[in-house]
Amino acid sequence: MSKLLLDPILRFEVEDLYSEYADVLDTEQFERWPELFTEDAFYDVIPRENYERDMPLAIMRCESRAMMQDRVRAIRETLMFEPRYIRHLISSIRITSEDDGTLSVTANYAVLETLTDEMTKILNAGRYVDRLVRENEEFRFKEKRCVYDSSVVPNSLVYPV
Amino acid sequence: MTAPATDNMLERRWPEAGIHQVPYWIYTDPGIYQREMERIFCGKSWNYVALGAEVPNPGDYKRSWVGDRPVVVTRDQDGEINVVVNRCAHRGVQFCKQNYGNTKEFICPYHQWTYDLKGNLIGVPLRRGIKKKGGMPDDFRREEHGLDILKVHNHNGAIFATFDHNTEPYKDFLGETIYGYMDRVFDGRELKILGNSRQLIPSNWKLMFENLKDPYHATLLHVFLISFGLFRGDMKSASVMDESGRHAALVNRRGEQRANQGTAEMTRMNENYSLSDPRLLQPEKEYDGDVTVVMQTLWPNLIMQQQSNSLAMRHIIPRGPENFELAWTFFGYADDDEEMDRRRLRQANLMGPAGLVSIDDSEVLKMSQDSIAFYPEEDGLYEMGGRGTEDHDHIVTETAIRAFYKVYREVMRL
Repeated sequence: MSKLLLDPILRFEVEDLYSEYADVLDTEQFERWPELFTEDAFYDVIPRENYERDMPLAIMRCESRAMMQDRVRAIRETLMFEPRYIRHLISSIRITSEDDGTLSVTANYAVLETLTDEMTKILNAGRYVDRLVRENEEFRFKEKRCVYDSSVVPNSLVYPV
Repeated sequence: MTAPATDNMLERRWPEAGIHQVPYWIYTDPGIYQREMERIFCGKSWNYVALGAEVPNPGDYKRSWVGDRPVVVTRDQDGEINVVVNRCAHRGVQFCKQNYGNTKEFICPYHQWTYDLKGNLIGVPLRRGIKKKGGMPDDFRREEHGLDILKVHNHNGAIFATFDHNTEPYKDFLGETIYGYMDRVFDGRELKILGNSRQLIPSNWKLMFENLKDPYHATLLHVFLISFGLFRGDMKSASVMDESGRHAALVNRRGEQRANQGTAEMTRMNENYSLSDPRLLQPEKEYDGDVTVVMQTLWPNLIMQQQSNSLAMRHIIPRGPENFELAWTFFGYADDDEEMDRRRLRQANLMGPAGLVSIDDSEVLKMSQDSIAFYPEEDGLYEMGGRGTEDHDHIVTETAIRAFYKVYREVMRL
């Protein structure tokens, strides 16, 4: 592994981005979620089966930060759904390579969901396959793919993963 | 006609009023559910199971379901599609657990009974015993112990199957009108699979059909749709059925994003709504005529969605009386260019387990089940657009739901 990838400051910076990502979503600061991405970023939530079979269909697909903002606006203004809490657990963050300032990073995630009358359950579990770049000194997602194992989604997936 | 369902602990009687009142016990009663599996899904009906493009090559297979019963869809070495029951003829093991794959034969892991892709039993290890001891009786005939085989119909790449080999021909089963709408999408062009998604909706499966047979809700509940004029009550539209009333099609045209008399009561409409990235909704006309939405509900287990350029099969798989799985397969045509692929993938944001429109439905279906489960003796009211079952040239109607329950009562003998 290159010296850069072992740099503790770099690793802290990357981990901090993931912590912030989880915090923004779990505390429902959805308007801040697109800000963690570059303007031309790609984001999707895709079943592992499609991902591994080279099928592009995702259940959430944003081809720009603006599309993420549209998703947030729909959550706030148009969608009808039961009240819920979500909680992201992100672990095993690995910086796998660096190419001209772009970091490839993978991490495991589980998103827990709690509805008003029900026990907390695992809403979605999978792996982030991400690319990070620096923008104004801070790391931002240029690409974030949430590849989920949980083939059958328990009812609806309302908030981003 | 109003015979009690004797296989239940309580005597079930349909309300005297008729099909515009639907009793809530049909959404929870385990006896009713079993009867539905036997009479509706495993009876004289063509069930959707897969798209042929999901099993394009000889040896390809896909797991699927008819009602809640597991089957496997295969393409054999002759290129023909087969649908066989995913249950070993020996001791009942569900032998196929890979959702997709390619194989020459299926081998049950328990005692290695082996079947070809048409469902014929081709191997039984130790059939003649060991050193003349044991083995199957002399009169055991392999050809009598194949997998249960369903009858198959391939409508230009949409695969349907029926347990009852005496089911009427597929074309007659659909009727001319609905066959025409199916043929509009499945017109013989080669299909391209974009991918699948699955969700488990905690409600009775019939509530999903009611949802799609009720265009009236779409103009009120789905703010995203109405705000962008994607489905509107003030546009020329129709709710049409086959002669029996078991299938239906909702037909709509894209409207303008502008308030008018017809939208005055759509209190949740926001005419100033705009997208930061309009690429999400840039439909391109691809069928003749001015119709932009056709949502078909095919008895007993399919919703065929054509919403602008978003084409999808929604396969309804009941999972007990109070749950069903909705398995989505999004597709396009083999000759779509990259831009059309992307357009379909973007528009897929509206539908599916995280759909900007369909979340409203999966959420409201759960909220229905959350309540009606506790009031089996109460009835739902279905009087929008009258009490009859005729076609309507507007969307302020529940006629297709009434027609569905007319057929439901006949088939279920309720």
